[in-house]
Amino acid sequence: MKKEEFLQGVRHGIPICLGYFSVSFAFGMMAVIQGLPLWAAVLTSLTNLTSAGQFAGLNLMVAGGSSVELMMTTLIINIRYFLMSLSISQKVEEKMTWKQRFAVSFGITDEIFAVAMQRPKELSAAYMAGLISTPILGWTLGTFCGGAITTLMPQRLTNALGIALYGMFIAIIIPPSRKNKAVLFTVLLAVALSCIFTYVPIFKFLTGGWGIIVITITVSAIAAYLFPIKEENEEGEIG
Amino acid sequence: MNTGRILGSIAIMAGITYLIRMLPMAIFRKKIENPFIKSFLNYVPYAVLAAMTFPGILDSTGTAVSAAAGCVAAIVLAYFGKSLLTVAIGASAVVFAAQMMGF
Repeated sequence: MKKEEFLQGVRHGIPICLGYFSVSFAFGMMAVIQGLPLWAAVLTSLTNLTSAGQFAGLNLMVAGGSSVELMMTTLIINIRYFLMSLSISQKVEEKMTWKQRFAVSFGITDEIFAVAMQRPKELSAAYMAGLISTPILGWTLGTFCGGAITTLMPQRLTNALGIALYGMFIAIIIPPSRKNKAVLFTVLLAVALSCIFTYVPIFKFLTGGWGIIVITITVSAIAAYLFPIKEENEEGEIG
Repeated sequence: MNTGRILGSIAIMAGITYLIRMLPMAIFRKKIENPFIKSFLNYVPYAVLAAMTFPGILDSTGTAVSAAAGCVAAIVLAYFGKSLLTVAIGASAVVFAAQMMGF
C-alpha cells in the first residue's frame, strides 16, 4: 500500500522532473557564466529547489549584494510558497508525523503544489515522497549538466547566453499578460518603476535587490487593490 | 567570490526558502481567506520577474544593441506562446548573430 502510493507519486513527478531539467540546465549555465563555481551552482539547486528565487539570488551574489538584501529578496520572491504550504497542510493525512511534515515541506514548489492539489485523495507521506523525489533529481542534475557544458563553451557564446535568463522571464510573463489585463497592468507598472529606479539619480540608494523588493510590494498591492481575484489559481501557476 | 561567501549566501537562501515552506505546515491549521492577501500573492511573481528583467536585460550581453535585439526577439517569441527554452535560446541566437555583425 505504502509502496503503491510512493510509486504513484513518482509517476506523477516525472513530467515535473523533465520540465525542471531544462529550466535548471539554464540555471547551471547562468551560474557558471556569471562566475559561480560548478559545485556551488549544484549545491544551490539541491538545497533551494526554486527557480525565480535562485536566479535572483545568483544575480545578487554576483553583484556583491549584502546578506540582508539576499535575505529580503529570497523572502519576497518565495513568500508565495507560504500560501501553498498552508494549503498542502490542510490536505495531508492527519496522522502524518512532524518529521514527515518537515521533510515534505522542503519539496513544495509551484508545480509540485499544483499536482498535489489536483489529487482527489488526501496526501500521504509516501505519495509526497514519491512526487518530490524525481523533481529534486531533475533539478539538481539539470544544473550540473548546464554548468558543466558551459565551462566548455567559447566566450562569444557565453556572451550571447547572458540574455537567456531574461528570455525565460519574458516567456513566463508575456503569455499571461496577453490573456489577463490585471497581469498586464502588473507587468507594465513594475517595468515602469524599475526603469525609473534605475535611470533617475535620486533613486540610486535603492540598489538592485531593494529596488525590486519595493517595486514588488508596491505593484502587487496596487494590483490586488484594483483587481482582486475571486478564485484560487485563476491566473495559473508559474515556475 | 571566495568560498566562504558563496557558502554563506547559499545557506541564507536555502534557510529562508525552507522556513517559508515549513512554517505553515508546522504552525497554521486554517486557510487564509483574506482576498487582498490572496490577490497580492497572486501578482507577486509577475511584478518580481518584470522588475528584474527590465531594464536589466539591456546590460546582459556586453553591448546594448545586441541586447535590445535579443529582447525584441524574446518578446515576439513569448507573445506567440513559445516554450521557456525556445524563447531563451531564440533570444540568445539573435544576440549571437547581432554580435557577429559587429553590434
